[in-house]
Amino acid sequence: MSSHNSTYNPTNPVEKWLDDRLPLVRFGKEHLLDYPTPKNLNYWWTGGAILTFMLGVQIVTGIVLAMHYTPQIGLAFDSVEHIRRDINGGRIIQATHAVGASMFFAAVYLHIFRGLYFGSYKAPREILWILGVIIFLLMMATAFMGYVLPWGQMSFWAAAVITNIFAAIPVVGDPILQLLRGGFAVDNPTLNRFFSLHYLLPFIIAAVVGLHIWALHVPGNNNPIGVEVKSERDTVPFHPFYTMKDFFAIVVFCIPFAWFVFYAPDILGHPDNYIQANPLVTPPHIVPEWYFLPFYAILRAIDFNFILDSKLLGVIFFGGSILILFFLPWLDTSKVRSGTFRPAFKWFYWVFVANFILLTWYGAQTPDMKIIGSFTVADTSKLSVLYYFGYFIVILPLLGRFEKPRPLPNSISEAVLPASATH
Amino acid sequence: MATESNLAHNDQPNPGRRDFLYVATTAVGVVGVGAVAWPLINQMNPDASVLAMASTEFDLGSVEEGSSVTIKWRGSPVFVRHRTAAEIEEARAVPMGELKDPEEDQARVKEGHDQYLVMVALCTHLGCVPVGDSGEFGGWFCPCHGSEYDTSGRIRKGPAPKNLVVPPYQFLSDTVIQIG
Amino acid sequence: MIKITTILAAGLMALGLAVPAMAQEHETIHIERQPWSFGGIFGKYDEHQLQRGFQVFREVCASCHSARLMAFRNLSEEGGPGFSEEQVKALAAEYTVNDPEAEGGTRKALPSDRWPGTGQSDADLAAAFGMVPPDLSVMAKARSISSPFPQWVFNYFTTYSEGGPDYIHALLMGYEETPPEGVEVPEGKFYNHVFPGHAIGMPPPLADGQVAYAGEDGAAAPAEMLTAEQYSTDVSAFLMWMAEPHLNAQKAAGFRVLAFLIVFAVLMWFVKQRLWRKVH
Repeated sequence: MSSHNSTYNPTNPVEKWLDDRLPLVRFGKEHLLDYPTPKNLNYWWTGGAILTFMLGVQIVTGIVLAMHYTPQIGLAFDSVEHIRRDINGGRIIQATHAVGASMFFAAVYLHIFRGLYFGSYKAPREILWILGVIIFLLMMATAFMGYVLPWGQMSFWAAAVITNIFAAIPVVGDPILQLLRGGFAVDNPTLNRFFSLHYLLPFIIAAVVGLHIWALHVPGNNNPIGVEVKSERDTVPFHPFYTMKDFFAIVVFCIPFAWFVFYAPDILGHPDNYIQANPLVTPPHIVPEWYFLPFYAILRAIDFNFILDSKLLGVIFFGGSILILFFLPWLDTSKVRSGTFRPAFKWFYWVFVANFILLTWYGAQTPDMKIIGSFTVADTSKLSVLYYFGYFIVILPLLGRFEKPRPLPNSISEAVLPASATH
Repeated sequence: MATESNLAHNDQPNPGRRDFLYVATTAVGVVGVGAVAWPLINQMNPDASVLAMASTEFDLGSVEEGSSVTIKWRGSPVFVRHRTAAEIEEARAVPMGELKDPEEDQARVKEGHDQYLVMVALCTHLGCVPVGDSGEFGGWFCPCHGSEYDTSGRIRKGPAPKNLVVPPYQFLSDTVIQIG
Repeated sequence: MIKITTILAAGLMALGLAVPAMAQEHETIHIERQPWSFGGIFGKYDEHQLQRGFQVFREVCASCHSARLMAFRNLSEEGGPGFSEEQVKALAAEYTVNDPEAEGGTRKALPSDRWPGTGQSDADLAAAFGMVPPDLSVMAKARSISSPFPQWVFNYFTTYSEGGPDYIHALLMGYEETPPEGVEVPEGKFYNHVFPGHAIGMPPPLADGQVAYAGEDGAAAPAEMLTAEQYSTDVSAFLMWMAEPHLNAQKAAGFRVLAFLIVFAVLMWFVKQRLWRKVH
């Protein structure tokens, strides 16, 4: 726990009785109210609260939807329409859940990219970062399975294509594929188990989030200048300063959220998912939801054989693109934590962001689409894959050695004193 | 601690104004929470497709004198019996003192349509469906625990506490009723 | 004080979020956008248009296309064509539905029933058209038009969700009697310059004067309204309603929710400012 001693002193006998048996109030006070937080956190630090809020929204709307949804291939599509048409408030609740998934990922990308810029993954927060990557993986699994449930054309074919990835594994690939699908093709057994797991995983996410926050509270929060908290003067209590700031951020976040839910609930989705799943007809253009596009682009970019066949190689790059994140704390060799004081790093970082968005765009195009001259998406996306991996494997390790960082302030208070607060 | 002193409450230029902001914001927040909570609870209420089945119409012309038909209303079975004159007379002759749940036969039918008896076909004891044309009272007999109902559907013997329930219904025409 | 890099990042994020629209089919076919009454944040269905559209649907489309997700009672519900309950009851009674509990297995439809099938078997329909004509319940959401850059960015701000009716209207108007030079249309298909591949199995369904619109007093509608284009517009709007029956209520609620959120955000901003002024 933090080096901060609890100031909780239960006064009335009921509180004392509870505190002796299960110190919930003490725990809440220490970690949610009094918790000393760096006073210079900017809005990029509201991501955690927004994500917790979104997890709550998805779980609540999801449980409500599960009261009315039927996970059977002949009934699933109609049951979702039944929710939209007949259930009181059903259209809004369903739209909140569907749009909510996109908002959840938008927030998680902001949160991850904050971590990448400010060096939040560096010692002593490696476990915090690793738990975060685990949460990200769980979120992707949850979202993938959730998208299958309405049993539209995209639902079915996304399930077919992505489960097929496992067939790429040599020797055990096909048996694993059949185990996953519960059959020879994506069918009712697949849908049923995806429903069960889609309901389960968010609670596992919640548990890992608990560990994530615990792992945060041991060293304490990072901050925009990356200089650790030196004294109480560098901090403010979490409540009311950050509770209210986070609350404000959540309300602002809800504005684009509500904009989509009420005015354009299907704009982030694909019209083909309003066609019932047909195993005999593949849609002309299978696209995953936008938040999977960068990784889908990486998977597709590997269309050549090199020692291994392209399918397996593609899967390795696909998995590798996320697994590499686990090693980030050790790949970035710089002693300086925050990008604020790393002028060379900043350039590579922003190129990484732009490249990531480019990869997202690539994921939505067909590989044969022309980009420049006769170079197609299939050609140029390889460059993006190269930069993506190069950033982690080559650039960050070398930058640490050769970069000249700007001088760091001695403390947060010192950095904040000239009244130009960046909150 | 430096930050603690920053939190002294009396250094506000206008404490009243500060309080109003917090009170107003909290009030708006509470309204927001309520506005979100209500639809999440209301979704459990019967949905539009269920409510559409809330009333059922039935043509009595198909029920011959002396016979019964069982139809479905709001998911439950409903007896529709076209009683004979003898059955009606028998029902009207029963003194109120003999009834566990005293009710005049006239109160259980619609004026001018005394021959038609419409009742929810669930025993008022524990909900089993009674069997018609059986029991010593000429009406219905419930096989589960032995309750017996007369020709007006009133409880005469056995553990059931109340007469068979007459649902709300009305005659839309001489031969068509709407239940619910 | 917002750093330029933050703005840059926000812009990039917005662009990134806008990417999904790029995932549309690459149509080089240009489809006009129509001015729908239900488009935009203040959009609402035009009741009379929905009634006309329903008439077209019923007299023309429903003979071959099913609409199994629409219930008769929807026609008298709020935000729709606005028929009365009696009208809906009478309308439903004109149709028969299957009911295993009914005598003979069929009975007259009730308002609580869903729209019955076409009455033709799948085999007959497939024989006539090469495939069973698709169900129209959510057709208006199962289709869209592609928007080039920068239109697709603007779509997020204009909340453009009318790609379905735009496509359907263009399709219904997109038939050509004689295909262009050099284009072969297989036997049994028809040339349509909007349909992907241009050879569509559906014969041109609409013609001028085909549907007799009438006013409430029974008088016939003026000739300008009895055109294929009018029928197409009206039925496209109707199909949108069939796919999204709660649109009116949804957008009205959206206005209240967003107004609330903006007010709340402003209040929260002042609360946060008030608190943080004490620091430093």
